[in-house]
Amino acid sequence: MTDVIKTTVTLNVNGRAIEVKPGELLIEAAEQAGEYIPRFCYHPRMEPVGMCRMCLVEVDGPRGATLQPACYIHVSDGMNVTTNSEKVKKAQDGVLEFLLANHPLDCPVCDKGGECPLQDQTLTHGSGETRFIEEKRHFVKPIEIGALVLLDRERCIQCARCTRFSDEVAGDTEIAFAGRGDLIEVAPSPTKPFDSVFSGNTVQICPVGALTAKPYRFSARPWDLEQVESTCTTCAVGCRVAVQSSGNRLTRILGVDSDPVNHGWLCDKGRFSLDSIDGNEESRDVLSAATRIGQPMVRVDGVLKETTWDEALAAAATIIQNAMRSSNGVGAVGGASLTNEGAFAWERLVRGVLASEHLDAQFGDGLDPVLLQALPKATIDEATNATTVVTLTGDVREELPVLFLRLRENIVRGRTALVEFGFGPSALRSLARVSLAVRPGEAHVAARAIAERSDAPKGAVFTNEELDDARGLIGESGEGVVFVVGRPNLVEDSSVLDEAVRRFADRYPDAKFLVALRRSNVMGALDMGLAPRLRPGRGVDVGASGRDTLAQLAALRAGEQKALIVLGGCLLGNVADVVGAKAALENADVIAVTGHGGATLAYASVVLPAAVQHERRGTVTNIEGRVTAVTPKIVAPGSAWPDVAIAAELAESLGQSIGLTSVEQAAKAIEETTGYPALSVMNDDVHDGVVVGRDDASSLRHALDPMAFPGIRSTETVGLASYTGTTTMERPTSSGVTTGASLRDLGALPEIAVGIADAYSLTLYASRHLYDRGVAMQGSPALHPFIPTSALALHHVDLDRLGVASGTVVTVTGARGSILLPVVLDDRVTRGSASVVIGTLSASGENPLDVLFDPTHVISQVRLETR
Amino acid sequence: MATLDAPRIVSSRAELADSYTLSRYLETGGYEGLRKALTMFPEAVAAEVDTASLLGRGGAGFPAGRKWSMLRKSPVSYLVVNGDESEPATFKDHFLVERDPHQLVEGVIIAAYALQVAQAFIYIRGEFALGLERVQQAVNDAYAHGALGSKIFGSDFSLDIVVHPGAGAYICGEETALIEGLEGKRGFPRIKPPFFPAVTGLYGEPTVVNNVETMSNLPWIINNGGAAFAALGVGKSTGTRLFALAGRVKNPGVYEIEMVKNTFRDIIFDPRLGGGIIDDRALKAFIPGGVSAPWFGPDMLDLALGQDEVGAQGSMLGSGSIVVLDETSCPVRAAWRITKFFSRESCGQCTPCREGSGWIERAMYRLEHGGGREEDLALVLDLCDNIAPGLSWPPQQTTICVLGSSIPSSVHSAIQMFRDDFIAHVEHGGCPHD
Amino acid sequence: MSHFQPELRQRAEELVALYPRSRSAMLPLLHLAQEQDGYLSEAGIEEVASLTGTTSADVRGTASFYDMFHLEPVGKYVVGVCTNIACLLAGGEEFLEHASSTLGCAVGATSDDGLFTLEETECLADCDKAPCVQVNHRYVRTTTPESFDALVGELRAGAHDADIPSHGTLIRVKRSGGLRASHDEIREQRASSSAARAKRAEGTS
Ligand SMILES: Cc1cc2nc3c(=O)[nH]c(=O)nc-3n(C[C@H](O)[C@H](O)[C@H](O)COP(=O)(O)O)c2cc1C
Ligand code: SF4
Ligand code: FES
Repeated sequence: MTDVIKTTVTLNVNGRAIEVKPGELLIEAAEQAGEYIPRFCYHPRMEPVGMCRMCLVEVDGPRGATLQPACYIHVSDGMNVTTNSEKVKKAQDGVLEFLLANHPLDCPVCDKGGECPLQDQTLTHGSGETRFIEEKRHFVKPIEIGALVLLDRERCIQCARCTRFSDEVAGDTEIAFAGRGDLIEVAPSPTKPFDSVFSGNTVQICPVGALTAKPYRFSARPWDLEQVESTCTTCAVGCRVAVQSSGNRLTRILGVDSDPVNHGWLCDKGRFSLDSIDGNEESRDVLSAATRIGQPMVRVDGVLKETTWDEALAAAATIIQNAMRSSNGVGAVGGASLTNEGAFAWERLVRGVLASEHLDAQFGDGLDPVLLQALPKATIDEATNATTVVTLTGDVREELPVLFLRLRENIVRGRTALVEFGFGPSALRSLARVSLAVRPGEAHVAARAIAERSDAPKGAVFTNEELDDARGLIGESGEGVVFVVGRPNLVEDSSVLDEAVRRFADRYPDAKFLVALRRSNVMGALDMGLAPRLRPGRGVDVGASGRDTLAQLAALRAGEQKALIVLGGCLLGNVADVVGAKAALENADVIAVTGHGGATLAYASVVLPAAVQHERRGTVTNIEGRVTAVTPKIVAPGSAWPDVAIAAELAESLGQSIGLTSVEQAAKAIEETTGYPALSVMNDDVHDGVVVGRDDASSLRHALDPMAFPGIRSTETVGLASYTGTTTMERPTSSGVTTGASLRDLGALPEIAVGIADAYSLTLYASRHLYDRGVAMQGSPALHPFIPTSALALHHVDLDRLGVASGTVVTVTGARGSILLPVVLDDRVTRGSASVVIGTLSASGENPLDVLFDPTHVISQVRLETR
Repeated sequence: MATLDAPRIVSSRAELADSYTLSRYLETGGYEGLRKALTMFPEAVAAEVDTASLLGRGGAGFPAGRKWSMLRKSPVSYLVVNGDESEPATFKDHFLVERDPHQLVEGVIIAAYALQVAQAFIYIRGEFALGLERVQQAVNDAYAHGALGSKIFGSDFSLDIVVHPGAGAYICGEETALIEGLEGKRGFPRIKPPFFPAVTGLYGEPTVVNNVETMSNLPWIINNGGAAFAALGVGKSTGTRLFALAGRVKNPGVYEIEMVKNTFRDIIFDPRLGGGIIDDRALKAFIPGGVSAPWFGPDMLDLALGQDEVGAQGSMLGSGSIVVLDETSCPVRAAWRITKFFSRESCGQCTPCREGSGWIERAMYRLEHGGGREEDLALVLDLCDNIAPGLSWPPQQTTICVLGSSIPSSVHSAIQMFRDDFIAHVEHGGCPHD
Repeated sequence: MSHFQPELRQRAEELVALYPRSRSAMLPLLHLAQEQDGYLSEAGIEEVASLTGTTSADVRGTASFYDMFHLEPVGKYVVGVCTNIACLLAGGEEFLEHASSTLGCAVGATSDDGLFTLEETECLADCDKAPCVQVNHRYVRTTTPESFDALVGELRAGAHDADIPSHGTLIRVKRSGGLRASHDEIREQRASSSAARAKRAEGTS
């Protein structure tokens, strides 16, 4: 007990004493001391393997100084290390020469040429002359191991970075070493291609040009590229990225190692969907999500016609003024694709200028916004390091892919226990200590059973033992527990999850919550007040009331609301009830503010073109409330504007002002009027962003490891000179006092009438798939082929009960009609339910939810008939 | 003349046609050692082995008693027996698993008792189809006989033995690669430290790995006492040892002879053993301990067959195989073929081993088959130096395991001892022996 | 549906149960898969992956590390001729050439009739009977070209069907008896026997 825990150890590197943390790897310790040790296989985010032998240094031991791999040795007190002796140099040069012996000399045509660690090492250390006169090892030229990744085996240096990533980080082991000795090669399964949603990471961490990305291959040379550091907003994890372009053309995205967020990893959707931004110039169809909108448009004689900003703004103003003649006549939906500054500007416009409380950044697929703001929030690190994680959300790998990687880390190591509400297919299932098979309409019941220590209801698939195990892992107060909460089932009323989450928040005061909403900057938009009762800076106005998205659509259908501003053109691509939304839009005057085309534009009278990600500056907020900067790399097409400018100009057209004319001004105003971090984040390039309300959680940027992140030597963060303009404007606010949200603001729990599941039917589960039909996918030729067609997945018990074989096409009947769909076996689907991926289309091009979704009930039931 | 009066410890039954059966084993004193061991404290059994100073027979020659005492105390630990014998020209374990599997099994049970492990694995080289059958049969018989399983011979000791087949990979003879093979993985050796089996072995638990011959000595040691074993041989090298004699001798085979009391000349030339060189030609060189060992010339024939004795002369007794080259043998071809073996068997993890072995092999191929250049000798030696810096013995390493640092042995020996042959190859544009 | 035939499937499940972790059964299971199909077919690989809780990429990668596993179909008899040091000194290379011409197939290839696959092997640990030859991993001890040719004739005639089964290294390796102790049992047993020993030690001192 009297042991003093040492916080540092002292070792001797090249005769110099250095002090480092105990247990650190020698390669890292030496680097901190300014001694860079060359390496190939070592990757700071994976377990070392000591295979390439490039990092050999001399370490004194009982048998004198021996050559040891610095990437594998942990420092110890008094360790004596030499990294610059003749012996070390000969060993390292020897390894390099061996690596080059069979390596092809095709640098001029290799994608990696110009940013290749092997090439660099050779130029700095190599002798310049080869002693190898034998015939080189020969493999058939690049093989497509997956739809996105090519493998050139001749260039492989067998460092095992890609295979380790696949096994250790992604956990899917879709590629592995095959063969032995100098015939070792990386190989996929004999039956399945390498189509992991994380496949691009293997390309990024390959230290040579062995793995190349099909979308990038030959598209640019590294020396032509310019890059900025930014944040990916394809989903809401907020991965840090280096965005590269050649001229005004986006060419590549690489993951940047943000310690609290993505550890350098990205999903393939974030990485490979660049073409959806600047790859479809020839596409003109405004109803296609692949089309970029570059010019303002106004509908004339039923057709959208390009026009000037002045005319478009005037037309929009007219629509709004007309609608404002009747009370509650105008509202806005969307906003998750905006930056915080854009959202702040639109909030000022809608509440301040249009005097409307009807605005909502969620499309009816989220949670109660006041509940969201009232929950005690967890960071991603806190969830990763929790003793127990409880998930009440969809398949994390499909919805927030890099969060899946982060959650996996400690669950695999056995340091974190996972309790899963198993609503449907989930990639975390095999790692869960407890997985409660919860059917649609049951989440709140299961939550209540855990919280109130009551038994599983009759007929439930989950058992009392499982409830007990879950309780045991959550503990009494929820200390050290993180609940990951989102919306798993999109054809179930949101009240079910809201209640489940509230039960837990009430019952476990020490637990924290990580919000698993997936749509880009939805958290920032909510924090900027884009939802009924919310106010900028995470405030809530208890007295206010307004329509959320579903309520606005209902009000439009009922003729109670006249006009709708759609922020982001994707309303129809995102709501579960497309039929209902169309009916509403038909009845409305629609102003669409968007960077992309889409089905919604068929109903728009005015289209205002907006700059999208990588084209505009600002800040965004991720799921954990971390605010980071987004930086433009290219110029938006045509005359598209940033959102702040659009909101400001629209206000002018209405004869008013929101007091903001630039992004910088908006950022300053956010910070000054609400204390929410904005301008300071944009000006900061030393920290990994700031977590709202947590000064302590701001972490310093890691030095970028040139080996771990090929291509990013120094990422230039385009900061701002301090902004000095004025931001004063008395903002017109609605009633009430703005405070922080608390669980008390939520009122009594509503009664949820789930209704009785019909014994002949299955309850419908609509899940999300990473490769959906969204803008990113439709605009990206590389990813487009991955968009699946609809199928109905059932547990084998139900297949047997119904007597249908996997693969058969059946007639599925729901509340609004019938559709032909193939049935597939998937035992990850909860018994008694049928799972369909939202946004998919059947073979004949129909959206199954158009007939199967029953928006009038808490759950939707479907019946199967074989033909 | 060879000294052959020592008892046959591990090969006493081998000549009998039914040596591998339980009945023959029991008739010849089988399982008596185990019965005796079970009456002793486990520590006392280990102490006998320590007294015997039984050196490991797998190649490294580490004392078994010392290894056992290093086993980290843990509620779960394992015993793994190495029967992957693949070192070229080594065939004594093959002989033991086929000819006397019960002796092996009894030895394993005794060791397991001394170590107090509850599960042991015998990893048998996959190509030994018959050996696998025989050892599994012996294990099955031992279960039926009460010598294995629950409460062995009525004692409170229980043990399970699993016979595990290899599948063709020399490197799985290396103890950590063998453990990987047992865990169902590719046979990539693990890095020591931290993966010393006695600390972090099979499934991350403390594990003892011992060779088949090492285990086969245990019944005799327990029956006769460690001191009786230690009385054989000289100094550190006690007891008898199986030597596998191959190459250009009249009587190749496996011979059990007392350690140190005999010399290489004895085993190669004694008519009761090797019987001399085929056609009574002149001996050119011999490889004393498996192809990982540096070679010796005729000047070393009178060296005693002892671990330290051979070690002091810059080679090793290793796996107990002796390969004889005579005046008709081409040293270039021999060294090339050995390098080809290492190149084929390198697991592929370490750059110097994976790439170095292939490069040296191709250069040696050219030297042997035509296309060799004089400068290739210096090149090859420098490449060897990049794998095992200093080209000294025991070798230094740039690699994870010693397969890498074994590559230079033959090449270095051949070039050092037979430079003239190499030059003749270069000048002749190929092998003058052909 | 199991790709393994019922008897093999049962053996496979028994093998998995032998080990503390199912992945440990990888090599014996691959031997079984090869026993059934003659090589590691895709379906065999999938089956082993599911039995060991791994992926097919992993199983194929693991199998390809080991020389005895064939990822492509091979002949009924896999003939291995050693050319390593002891056999080299006994004319192993020439013997291999001879085998190649007798069998009518190149080293590494399969004869047209699908009967023989010829392999050049590393040391087979039978060096006193050099050059060493194995057929389906059974030592045949034919060290002269004549005895080799005679053996090939016999193989063609099916004279060795009983003693040289095709592709089944483990075909006669069947475990009977045994116990598989769980770690808890081991721990308990450990504690109780060391307590008993302590008692005995007290009694004797
Ligand atoms: C490349 C290599 C191959 C080896 N092959 C074998 C082998 O086939 N059989 C064996 O018993 N030991 C072999 N060893 C030695 C083992 O690693 C280990 O030292 C031995 O099995 C321990 O048993 P022992 O102490 O009883 O000798 C090999 C070592 C290396 C480095
Ligand atoms: S030295 Fe060779 S065999 Fe040993 S681990 Fe390295 S590559 Fe594998
Ligand atoms: S062995 Fe250390 S970086 Fe590869």
